[in-house]
Amino acid sequence: MSKTAIISAKDVNVFYGEKQALDKINLDIPENKVTSLIGPSGCGKSTFLRSINRMNDLVDICRVEGSITIKGQDIYAPEVDVVALRAKVGMVFQKPNPFPKSIYENVAYGPKIHGLAKSKTDMDEIVEWSLIKAGLWKEVKDRLDQPGTGLSGGQQQRLCIARTIAVKPQVVLMDEPCSALDPIATAIIEELIDELRSNFTIVIVTHSMQQAARVSQRTAFFHLGELVESGSTKTIFTSPEDERTQNYIMGRIG
Amino acid sequence: MTDFITPSTQLKSRKSAEQRFRWYGRGAIFVSLAFLVVMVGSILYKGSGAFTTTDVAIVVDLGPDAVDPANPQDARFEKIVKDALKARFPEATKRADRRKLYGLVSNDAGFELERFVLANPDAIGTQARVWFRASDDFDILLKGTVDRDVDESERRLSDQEIGWIDRLVADGDVKRGFNWSFFTNGDSREPELAGILSALVGSALTLLVCFCFSFPVGILAAIYLEEFAPKNRFSDIIEVNINNLAAVPSIVFGLLGLSMLLNTFGMPRSSPLVGGLVLSLMTLPTIIIAARASLRAVPPSIREAALGMGASPVQATFHHVAPLALPGILTGTIVGMAQALGETAPLLMIGMVAFIVDVPQSILEPATALPVQIFLWADAPERAFLEKTSAAIIVLLLSLITMNLLAIVLRRRFEKRF
Ligand SMILES: Nc1ncnc2c1ncn2[C@@H]1O[C@H](COP(=O)(O)OP(=O)(O)O)[C@@H](O)[C@H]1O
Ligand SMILES: [Mg+2]
Repeated sequence: MSKTAIISAKDVNVFYGEKQALDKINLDIPENKVTSLIGPSGCGKSTFLRSINRMNDLVDICRVEGSITIKGQDIYAPEVDVVALRAKVGMVFQKPNPFPKSIYENVAYGPKIHGLAKSKTDMDEIVEWSLIKAGLWKEVKDRLDQPGTGLSGGQQQRLCIARTIAVKPQVVLMDEPCSALDPIATAIIEELIDELRSNFTIVIVTHSMQQAARVSQRTAFFHLGELVESGSTKTIFTSPEDERTQNYIMGRIG
Repeated sequence: MTDFITPSTQLKSRKSAEQRFRWYGRGAIFVSLAFLVVMVGSILYKGSGAFTTTDVAIVVDLGPDAVDPANPQDARFEKIVKDALKARFPEATKRADRRKLYGLVSNDAGFELERFVLANPDAIGTQARVWFRASDDFDILLKGTVDRDVDESERRLSDQEIGWIDRLVADGDVKRGFNWSFFTNGDSREPELAGILSALVGSALTLLVCFCFSFPVGILAAIYLEEFAPKNRFSDIIEVNINNLAAVPSIVFGLLGLSMLLNTFGMPRSSPLVGGLVLSLMTLPTIIIAARASLRAVPPSIREAALGMGASPVQATFHHVAPLALPGILTGTIVGMAQALGETAPLLMIGMVAFIVDVPQSILEPATALPVQIFLWADAPERAFLEKTSAAIIVLLLSLITMNLLAIVLRRRFEKRF
């Protein structure tokens, strides 16, 4: 385990009922870096991502073995409160899913339920900070009371990012955050991810290798439920060790 | 020039099939609309009479012999009315004729006069012209509901009685007015006095009990089943049984209410409390099924978003999912309430079929409900109750329409885009 690793997965197996979706995953994720998870569809990237904030708990038939630690603490230990865990490990989903409430309420919701704001001014500050960080402040500052669902797709996704970082998590998980967006909105979000790295550890699932190359420092390649190879993004893309990685990168499987 | 698009025979038959289907559809709509129009039309036609009344003016003697100015309330008002009628039509001398004469005005005439005297003390000591409610037979005669050309032996009114009312009409002593008392009176044995208020209030109280019980219970059950309960064989069994419950004939719930609520728990018979609880059994499955369907229609991404923020399942449900499902839940609830409003059989079983004159003041007092009132009036022998029955149906239909409009307004109000 490297010294700077914030998340550390050891021998993680995930099952959906009888079916094994992840097989003995060992992966360290460094702090304040962007780690991308790549691999062909159905290889278990989302499953791995969702086991980091225990969203898998929502699936009745899902079972996780092995250990995942964040800052040395086992997140599957019985005493861990998933609500507290998810406040520390935020998540941005594939399809932008703002609440059908105002922009302000969307961002304020997390801080409110976690009691992070002591006053209205506190809350205003958190909302402004989050929207600035998500690069959305300029566009929405005059219409905070309008529904978040009225924004464009890219803006909605940035709103979801603002909503996630408003809780000041340590880790932000993103599951193909740009797959529903057009190239311009994608470029804006990629830029944003690069900026967010200084405050948060980011794990991003992407099916676009260009995106992985652009935004991430570390890359992990999954194939059929196995972690084939992980390392610095540069190494993975220029001199992959495993043949399967090579094939995937060359566009031969996927 | 060649045909680029050649209509083939197959295309033609497809097109005519298309046309034929459209006409079938229009025909179906026409048939159902025709039924509706005939039904509503006939009810309106029959019931409209109940909304007007006939009043006759009689000059009564309020002189010192009849009304003591010091104690006007002690006067024998009924006798004053009878004397006034005798004075108006002195030719009625035989006992039987007199009885018919007294029947010209409603049984309530004495009270009407008392109210008049107490409200107009100036009239004491004078010969006052006072309006009295005409009794039902004369009322429907003047409305033309009964045919005066049939043989006298087959009529309720004799030629003599018809002569009296015709003279009153000729003298300008008869007037028609809006029947306010239909909305302010309770039931009565006399059609001209019978009103809908006690049944309306009874229905309102019953629905209130039904709502207060079935809405929270139904919603909590639906939310728990949909959002929290593990999906296993046990929850499947519960689901099937709730659906079965919705199909149980309502009279069975009435029997259950009779044996459990009345006989075992000793709750007050005929009361809106028991009626409401029995109707709740019927509305509960409707509400649960509608609420579950609208909860299921909320996109899972909303739940994921909330849970991913660190909201607890209860927070995710009550902050995000339930508000989105609310329009559907409310619609389902109102549909259930509307069914309950029209339900008769279970109320008969628990004794809400009593003759209720007074407006019930609480959910523990004996009461009746609109559909039961319709049932009672439809069964009454007096001809004039016929129009009351239709009028009560009109009131019931208007209540239902109001509830449905409410459902639409609420849905519009709360509907949000996802
Ligand atoms: N909720 C679920 N129930 C059953 N199987 C699932 C579920 N989610 C994912 N799987 C299975 O787990 C495997 C990995 O899925 P996933 O992690 O979504 O892949 P990826 O995100 O890499 O495309 C797939 O074979 C998929 O069918
Ligand atoms: Mg995926």
